[in-house]
Amino acid sequence: MLIVENLRVSYDRIRALHGISFKIDEGEIVCIIGANGAGKSTTLRAISRLISVEPGTKVTYRGDDLLKYPADKVVSKLGISHVPEGRRIFDNLTVLENLRLATFGRKDSSQKIDQDLERVFAIFPRLEERRLQRGGTLSGGEQQMLAIGRAFMSGRELMLLDEPSMGLAPLLMLHMFEALKEINQEGGTTILLVEQNARLALQFAQRGYVLEHGNMVLEGQSEELLANPEVKKAYLGG
Amino acid sequence: MEFFFQNLINALQWGSFYALIALGYSMVYGVLMLFNFAHGDIFMVGAYIGFGVASALVGFSAMGALALPNWLILALTIIVSMFLTSFVGMIVERVGYRPLRNAPRASAAITGLMIGIILETGNLALLGARRVSFPSLIKSTTYDLGGVFVTNKKIMIVIVSLALMYALHRFVRKTKWGMAMRAMAFDFVVVPLMGVPINNVARMTFALGSALAAVAGIFFGVAYPVLDPYMGVLFGWKAFVAAILGGRGSILGACLAGFLLGFIEIFVPMIFPSTLRDLIAYSIILLILTFRPHGFFGEPYSARLRL
Repeated sequence: MLIVENLRVSYDRIRALHGISFKIDEGEIVCIIGANGAGKSTTLRAISRLISVEPGTKVTYRGDDLLKYPADKVVSKLGISHVPEGRRIFDNLTVLENLRLATFGRKDSSQKIDQDLERVFAIFPRLEERRLQRGGTLSGGEQQMLAIGRAFMSGRELMLLDEPSMGLAPLLMLHMFEALKEINQEGGTTILLVEQNARLALQFAQRGYVLEHGNMVLEGQSEELLANPEVKKAYLGG
Repeated sequence: MEFFFQNLINALQWGSFYALIALGYSMVYGVLMLFNFAHGDIFMVGAYIGFGVASALVGFSAMGALALPNWLILALTIIVSMFLTSFVGMIVERVGYRPLRNAPRASAAITGLMIGIILETGNLALLGARRVSFPSLIKSTTYDLGGVFVTNKKIMIVIVSLALMYALHRFVRKTKWGMAMRAMAFDFVVVPLMGVPINNVARMTFALGSALAAVAGIFFGVAYPVLDPYMGVLFGWKAFVAAILGGRGSILGACLAGFLLGFIEIFVPMIFPSTLRDLIAYSIILLILTFRPHGFFGEPYSARLRL
């Protein structure tokens, strides 16, 4: 579904990604784990075109060159949504407005959009209760639900998730990953997530990549990575 | 008491000009975090476009090509000029600001000053240094409301201005474009992730602000029928003051501050010599800002301006 080849990104002439390659198949859940500053968020931002990539990078999405689309078209045309680091809810918009804004570029009928809204509320009933509240008044967990709901509304072929577990209590975290599994299994949404919490990510995903200092150093099935002594030592606490 | 109400009407009219222009400053500042210092000159361009459209329509009418009543000419002038001036705003955005979206803010600010000078001197080059007078479309009728004299022009200006402000408020609150504008004001960076083409939202913001400035320009021409290429300079600065006083991106704030400026400017000369008008008026504003640095309805900046 998505093939990334030789992805290179620099910030102010300091290279953050040194030509990484990876791929995701339709319907998969794939994770990229790595320490803080390894380049995980940069990878997602490059795919959603929030930052520019260096020449030589190739990103192919369903056989099409993804890099020819601007950021908003990656969402509205290709159906690739991105839950950014820190959720980035619009505090000044209501929950409902946050969700509706995410459908800005969609060409679907309003019935179709209302149906999707129903789906989001079915997955996260909490959001329906709070639909007229401003985003800024939500708790951290509710904001994460809203961020995922927003991604669901904007495009759901492929969902990119940046540290969705960050700042969540363990129970909320489980609930959220359950919801993501549901979105993946019932809606057929492919998921790429990046996480510092490697154990959690590998339990959730089928496959994983390990990113270190802007290089992909390992890849494999989740069980393999969970059993890998080096991964254990570096990311799973021994 | 009549004296007070008499001046109240004048202040409402004067405040309408400021409020209509301030909205353009405030929206652009809110959505794009930049000061469009050319906006006062867009008001001037709007007035001239209005002058051109009105003169043309009056001309056609006089030739008997299409006999339009004056009120219809004025209405058409307003609509056509809003439309045309919004294109001027969109061009300013495209040429002047979009290439500098990620440049230091100071560069974008001087761009505005330069575009302003280009618009002023461009007008001079095009029409020469003579002032032009706006065709008088409405025959002035004065009503005596218990000792307070009100002209039909003033009533129209105030009512149409208020109606437009309300329409803008509804637009920003209820439409998806308005929603996108508010989202951009809060967190510019992640708005594209919602599938929103931010360049189009920026263009829309400039277009709306410019259309309102055009209405202010036409109304100014209706009330004070002499136009000159530099009419937008001081007026623009004062409306800019109103926008800041109202608070970043706040529509209600810009309107209230615009009217407040009108009131202060009209009422100060009632008490003090009129040569001291602006000195005193703007000292008051400075004092208000000292105590409310974010303006009436401004919120402290969102920290979320970067990835």
